[in-house]
Amino acid sequence: MVNDVVVSVLLISGALLSLAAAVGLVRFPDLLSRMHAATKPQVLGLLLLLLALAVEFESWVLVPLLVLCWVFQLLTSPVSAHMVGRAGYRTRHLRRDLLTLDELDDVVARAAVDHGPGAHRQRNGGHAGQEADGVP
Amino acid sequence: MSRQRIPLITELPLVIWLVLVWGALWQDFGPGTLVFGAIIAYAVVNFFYLPPVELTGRFNVLWVVPFLGRFLVKLVTASLQVFWLAVSKGPTLRNAVVAVQLRSHSDFLVTATGHAISLIPGSLVLEVDRSTSTLYLHCLNIASAEDADAVRRDVRATEAWLIRIMGSGQDLAALRRERAEQ
Repeated sequence: MVNDVVVSVLLISGALLSLAAAVGLVRFPDLLSRMHAATKPQVLGLLLLLLALAVEFESWVLVPLLVLCWVFQLLTSPVSAHMVGRAGYRTRHLRRDLLTLDELDDVVARAAVDHGPGAHRQRNGGHAGQEADGVP
Repeated sequence: MSRQRIPLITELPLVIWLVLVWGALWQDFGPGTLVFGAIIAYAVVNFFYLPPVELTGRFNVLWVVPFLGRFLVKLVTASLQVFWLAVSKGPTLRNAVVAVQLRSHSDFLVTATGHAISLIPGSLVLEVDRSTSTLYLHCLNIASAEDADAVRRDVRATEAWLIRIMGSGQDLAALRRERAEQ
């Protein structure tokens, strides 16, 4: 009885976070702010749904599998968010009028002046492109 | 094929992780499964070659539990905040791209910090400058310079936690000096 109540609360709050993502997708103004809604609430949402499963099945051998599900989510979701966000910024799929501060813009502008237009490709290959190495 | 041999000790964390994944997938941690898993893990690590992750050689378990607690609290509050922003502000939201200079120059720590930051709703890593260890974050609902400063403090606090858990001795000493000066 208590279990059922806990499971329903967990499942409903997990589902509500999916609703949060959907509301964010509709209401947020540009690609990058939508990325927040699309990728983030599910880190907590999936955790709640997996917790509900653990409580419902009451089996200890299932727990490592559920932990594994969450760990893979934790490992992959920031990487995909980073790749889409980075591509979105580079292809200018963002509304600059919505930004109150853009410290990356200054850096890009300075690098373009330092290296000249012909050095653009080299800059991308040499310094900003390397951070893919750091991603596991 | 020119590839250097990696000593077994460097591969060991990866092999142990793969064995645990194998056991979890079979939902059985008996000796038979683990031994067979170890054989498969060793084969996988050698056939599907990846450059080894350079760990710092330090891992402090005592700091992990409070870090996870802090992470979960932030995860819950930030998820609710983003939900509330979507409902209340929606299209009138103002964002910012904030540069945060990190202390550590280790690729592993910069990646770990960026990862932890990205998992908490409201911030997203757009670009990483490896030469200066600077993260460029896209943050929701930043209206003023004070908000941006709060983000910088927050990210550097997350980095400080990660340094205490698994930073190199050098980074840890730098962090201690910084704390002593304050």
